[in-house]
Amino acid sequence: MLKNCLGIINLDENEDKIRELTRNRPLASIPIAGRYRIIDFILSNLTNAGVESIGIFSKMQSRSLMDHLSNGRPWDLNRKIDGLRFFNFTTTDPCIDDITNFANNIEYLYKARQEYVIFASSYMICNIDFKNILKKHIESACDITMVYKKVEDADQSFYGCEALNIDEDGNVLSVGKNIGNRKNANVGMGIYIMKKELLIHIINECVSTGHHRKVKSYIYNSLDKLKVKSYEFKGYLACINSLKSYYKGSMELLDHKINKELFSLERPIYTKTNDEIPARYTNDCVVKNSIIGNGCLIEGTVENCIIFRRVKVSKGAMLKDCIILQNCIIGQNAKLYNIVTDKYVDIGEYKELRGDITIPLVVENSIRKQY
Amino acid sequence: MLKKEMVAMILAGGQGSRLGILTKRLAKPAVPFGGRYRIIDFALSNCSNSGIDTVGVLTQYKPLVLNSHIGIGSPWDLDRRDGGVYILPPYQEESGGNWYKGTADAIFQNSSFIDSYNPEYLLVLSGDHIYKMNYDNMLKYHKEKNADATIAVIDVPLEEASRFGIMNTNEDDTIYEFEEKPKNPKSTKASMGIYIFNWKLLRRFLKEDQNNKESSNDFGKNIIPKMLEQGMKMNAYSFKGYWKDVGTIESLWESNMDLLREDNELNMQDKNWRIYSENHVRPAQYIGPNAEVKNSLSVDGCEIYGEVDNSVLFSGVIIGKNSKIINSVIMPDTKIGDNVIINKVIVGSSVVVRRDCIIGDGKEVTVIGGSQDIKAGSIIARE
Repeated sequence: MLKNCLGIINLDENEDKIRELTRNRPLASIPIAGRYRIIDFILSNLTNAGVESIGIFSKMQSRSLMDHLSNGRPWDLNRKIDGLRFFNFTTTDPCIDDITNFANNIEYLYKARQEYVIFASSYMICNIDFKNILKKHIESACDITMVYKKVEDADQSFYGCEALNIDEDGNVLSVGKNIGNRKNANVGMGIYIMKKELLIHIINECVSTGHHRKVKSYIYNSLDKLKVKSYEFKGYLACINSLKSYYKGSMELLDHKINKELFSLERPIYTKTNDEIPARYTNDCVVKNSIIGNGCLIEGTVENCIIFRRVKVSKGAMLKDCIILQNCIIGQNAKLYNIVTDKYVDIGEYKELRGDITIPLVVENSIRKQY
Repeated sequence: MLKKEMVAMILAGGQGSRLGILTKRLAKPAVPFGGRYRIIDFALSNCSNSGIDTVGVLTQYKPLVLNSHIGIGSPWDLDRRDGGVYILPPYQEESGGNWYKGTADAIFQNSSFIDSYNPEYLLVLSGDHIYKMNYDNMLKYHKEKNADATIAVIDVPLEEASRFGIMNTNEDDTIYEFEEKPKNPKSTKASMGIYIFNWKLLRRFLKEDQNNKESSNDFGKNIIPKMLEQGMKMNAYSFKGYWKDVGTIESLWESNMDLLREDNELNMQDKNWRIYSENHVRPAQYIGPNAEVKNSLSVDGCEIYGEVDNSVLFSGVIIGKNSKIINSVIMPDTKIGDNVIINKVIVGSSVVVRRDCIIGDGKEVTVIGGSQDIKAGSIIARE
């Protein structure tokens, strides 16, 4: 059934609260879980459900993302017909205006053979079965289905996300924003299911009337005209829209149960492969409760950390509650607590860096400059 | 087909019977090695890194896993517009067909494949050795010396020389005699089973060899001695570096253990000569809160909850709580339960070892064949 479905990944995430990691890359390209990038989840969820045609709409600054996506092969999207298409030629920031990018590439939508569209962003991390959702959408004969999750700690998490107001029949009455003033919220996952024709209609309406600059705002303001229903997702969900949520979500991956659900064997998460050697542990190392990437050389102590590939943790170094991105070198006897380092960071010998569990310190990337 | 200067042929048809239960379901070159490779990855990567883009892989014994692993050659950059990697099994013709009778026969039967590229030179390799080598340097040497054939040799300790095919050479490195496993070796130059021939010349010798009913159609036993006999100019190319024939359980285990030594000459971390392999995506490895990992290798997909000491773990291996893995090699997707002791063992792929087992006695290498289910409380040594 999902062959009849087009995937549209609209990278319109607000990056204001995660600037430390998005200076040189889009949010969708942020490395996560020691091995993946944020966009891998939505891409894998779509392809696992059988979607064979996916268009990614993004702003121009995306070399890192293009490099990661290459020809779509890791997600089985390097196809003769359909496959992966990347639209990143726009100078407007999709966070403010995504209609321009869609309108400029409207041919892609007209030419698509599929009848339905799954329209999503990338920053909602989950493992979701779209097959069931599309089935329910078609059965309900509504115009749009919005996927959401019932959250009980909305005062602590999912800040800035959509908050749906739903009646007892599951109809979406209005869409607000979670500002953390309530514990319970129906957090919108930014996932919309609709007919392709409707999406084209929305884009054309927005362009011709000038009333809205984002597909989402059209939808929020047309809830009286359109029949919009909701679908409750009950699995694990993390939203990566701030440094705080990135750090918290990453540490949650050290939990066995969450890890197993997210990286399920039935619906695996795929990513770009590389040819790294195995990780090497020396006689002096102490590693506890951590995720370690291939190609690492661990000579020191690592506790409750996420270490990406090709990282060297030298003798005597101590890392606690840290996230170390790829290709870093942690010098001898350095001590890092609650630290996030971007890739290619060199931490000198005996350096001590301390962040806090709610205020992690980020060491930004600058090719091989020693800190 | 476009002309190539040199075509490589990798002999990957053997069973490798001395690896016993490990080759019950797959050919020796497909046996897992080093945490994320298969033995043939070394020959394939060496070809690709040396600039050789046309490689034939001669298969015969149980090639399913090997074929699936090699595919169209993309991991080794051998999925090319002109050339690339070709799997070459024995095939039928109008006059019938034959299984490969020997290494020389295998090459002979694929003469038309080689002819289609019209190469000057043919590189013959075995698919079961662990080493890194630039074949382009060997070709340069072969051309410089104007040789008819060049055989790569490596210096072995005199006490071990009687285990190898030994080349006896003159001052100028030309070979005057070849002795298979000599009792009193005259030199320490052991043949590595890596040859570069002038193709047209070799083709002649292969054809003649076919007419000899007594011949085993083997390079080492028949072709090389015949070429020597007929006064061909044969040179020995000295190779310095790590090289291991992992044809026995003991040598396979040792070679995996060698990767754990800091001074390992193989230098797997050299980015300029990577060993490529098929890549399967798994989550990054997880080391548990009570785990202890010392002097070991581990990869994506592993979950370690117990102790791992001086061992090599492949993808998808799970080590249960309170278990101790010592001096061992655990192949892909094997699950080790709680309270298990594994000491100096090679455990095959997709094995389930249930709780409270004791495997291996730390003396000689024990082997557990792939896909077995070892029930709880078992005590096994040697197998």
